[in-house]
Amino acid sequence: MEDKPYILQMKNISKAFSSVVALSDVSLNIKRGEVHALMGENGAGKSTLMKILTGIYQPDRGEIVLKGQKVRFAEPLDAMNAGISIVHQELNSILDMTIAENIFTGREPCRRLGIVNRKEMRRKTMELFRSVDMAIDPDKKLHELSVAEMQMVEIVKAISYNADIIVMDEPTSAITDREVDKLFEIIRKLTSQGKAIIYISHKMSEIYTICDTITVMRDGTYIDTKSTKELDQQKLISLMVGRNLADMYVRQPSPIGDRFLEVKNLSLNGKFKDINLEVRKGEILGIAGLMGAGRTELVEAIFGARKIDGGEIYIQNQKVVIDSPQKAIERGISLVTEDRKLFGLNLNFSVKDNMTLVNLDRYVRFGQIVKFKEEREVADRQMKYLNVKASSRNTMVDTLSGGNQQKVVLAKWLLCNPDLLILDEPTRGIDIGAKSEIYKIINQLAHDGKAIIMVSSEMPELLGMSDRVLVLHEGTITGEFSREDFNQESIMECATGFKKKRLKQTV
Amino acid sequence: MSSLSLSLKKDTGKYLAKYGIYIAFGILLIVLSVSSESFLTVTNLLNILRQASISGIIAIGMTFVIIRGGIDLSVGSILAFSAVVASSFAHSDMYPTIVPITLGLIAGLVLGCINGIIISRWKVASFIVTLGMMTAARGLTLVYTDGRPIINLNAGYGFIGGGYIAGIPVPVLIFVGVILLGFFALHVTKFGRHVFASGGNEKAAKLSGVKVGRVEVAVYAISGLAAGLAGILLSSRVMTGSPVLGTGYELDAIAAVVIGGTSLAGGRGRIVGTVVGVLIIGIMNNGLDLLNVSSYYQQIIKGAIIVLAVLLDKKNQ
Repeated sequence: MEDKPYILQMKNISKAFSSVVALSDVSLNIKRGEVHALMGENGAGKSTLMKILTGIYQPDRGEIVLKGQKVRFAEPLDAMNAGISIVHQELNSILDMTIAENIFTGREPCRRLGIVNRKEMRRKTMELFRSVDMAIDPDKKLHELSVAEMQMVEIVKAISYNADIIVMDEPTSAITDREVDKLFEIIRKLTSQGKAIIYISHKMSEIYTICDTITVMRDGTYIDTKSTKELDQQKLISLMVGRNLADMYVRQPSPIGDRFLEVKNLSLNGKFKDINLEVRKGEILGIAGLMGAGRTELVEAIFGARKIDGGEIYIQNQKVVIDSPQKAIERGISLVTEDRKLFGLNLNFSVKDNMTLVNLDRYVRFGQIVKFKEEREVADRQMKYLNVKASSRNTMVDTLSGGNQQKVVLAKWLLCNPDLLILDEPTRGIDIGAKSEIYKIINQLAHDGKAIIMVSSEMPELLGMSDRVLVLHEGTITGEFSREDFNQESIMECATGFKKKRLKQTV
Repeated sequence: MSSLSLSLKKDTGKYLAKYGIYIAFGILLIVLSVSSESFLTVTNLLNILRQASISGIIAIGMTFVIIRGGIDLSVGSILAFSAVVASSFAHSDMYPTIVPITLGLIAGLVLGCINGIIISRWKVASFIVTLGMMTAARGLTLVYTDGRPIINLNAGYGFIGGGYIAGIPVPVLIFVGVILLGFFALHVTKFGRHVFASGGNEKAAKLSGVKVGRVEVAVYAISGLAAGLAGILLSSRVMTGSPVLGTGYELDAIAAVVIGGTSLAGGRGRIVGTVVGVLIIGIMNNGLDLLNVSSYYQQIIKGAIIVLAVLLDKKNQ
């Protein structure tokens, strides 16, 4: 391990944007054939460093040495030609084009007169997929693929540039555990071919499964590089946040009260079928399942954002019809959506305007005229309560980090003072500091007697926070676990449909 | 040192982009005041305002539509329809002036509502629906008038577009009223907030309990109403209910809104910007006339300014 040569060295890189220092004296050394984790909270400078590596930004100071030669990338194409590829967190696929077309966009193999040689393109695509032991139809359109498959296409595209170094930025943020295994297989295959992977992720379990070395960054500076074996999780977290984090999950089960919501035989054709569930005041109900199991559709249906094909919803033992989000909100239900940028926030709005959007009625007179002073006060209060890091309530939310954006979404819904708060992947893509703050808030809400439904793909989060977990598999409930018999493996077995387990009906 | 000057330059650029429209407006005023003696006179300025008021009223309505993420190409035709409906009741002295005004406004409102309902109910692109309405409403106007202009309108009706109160043209007073109303509705009320919210991210707005469909119908109704009002003013000023009034007005209105910094993608914009956009176009028309620039060149300049305004706005984002 030690004697392997460095394939890439980034030495003393510094970068500032006008007056803001983004990187100061950061170094990163990557060996051939290793998976190197780049860790740090959001805002630590990981993305900036990777943008310098891939030629999107140029460093103010410092140098990049690639395979022993000093290089300078004036633009992304230079980096690509030098053998550095990146798989972005957000997928850049063109949905109406085929897999082959997506992979060869901008460099289609051509015959004379610029006519695209489709046969050649298909052949090369199949060859690429074969090199990672995957069989795929190159003529499939991207919109026919699952998110995980699209991710694979991106990765294959990265390989197709003959890259020696592949940067993967949160490659698993949208895929399920089973698909993660497939991804890891591919990564191992690539490293065995001598390629190096720079792996950026917030998920500890992945880091410890796949990575050989970890470099930690904090606040734009280099902290340390250690082999994964030498660095336990506790130590790693403390390096990242610069302080010791006590147990992330602060859940203290609170007394469970009356039944708030009951769902009977809820069905939505093609998404889920005959769902029965209940959630009580003060209870956190976790919903586990693989991607595509119908979790998001289920909570959206309860919130009235999807039309149901059958079933009944009872709130406090009264039958209700919820066919629009407005009705759900009136009934005291809030939904923090899975994708905050697409569905949770208005990116053109300030922190304040986002926070008060749902509950604007409370800050208007005569039904229409906004009471600006009260609105400002309430926004300031929420920012303080949730510790939103933004320069002011008038800051545009699109400039905030993921964690702070999520806090704004939470603030918005908490202003409605809901009786039932539904959280769909509440901590996806946000850093550990913000995560632990959000867990504290959820815990407090349960303590205050709110009923909470939490959909999550992160097992530690589900097990750490829930009082009870329901498992969904292909649109049906295949498992139910109470806190005493939480078991990661059995939950996974139910999620994959191997086993079924249901608690005896409690009266 | 070099990075300092660079950042300074960057900040200047940002500043320019942000306030560019106002700076351009100021420069335009100064240049015209210096180069033409007759520009900076009360008569001329009031004249500019009076001319700008009609397209200005349409532009205020259009601002709502564009912030909501749509476009309304039918305003010119709706203007004409309202104009002929109103004119047909101002033809004799049989009705008090309030009757043609009310009917003209209702005509605009109804056509606007039809736009809005089709767009929101069946999720048809606003471009298509209002393009259809542009043609249909023009046809309706021709049917209603049998293709002939309605003339001999009464004096009471003529006052709305041609009269003065305390030395200020009535259309200017109405324009100011519309600006204030528009500002109030867009920037002070819950409705306005919902226009921005549903234009910026419709799905998110819906999930936040905003009645996005109703908001959508409302903005086209507002645009139709504004076009109707403009139709009354225009026919009153020319004392003719002509079925060809308002041709091409939609483009001037869209240009004014865009110059004013409202994003065609929706979700961003402001009434004050639109007012400045209207004034820039109005002053340019007037000033270039005063400077004897041929109307051919005027079109080139106007076109260039529209594109420039959008470029500035892009830099601003």
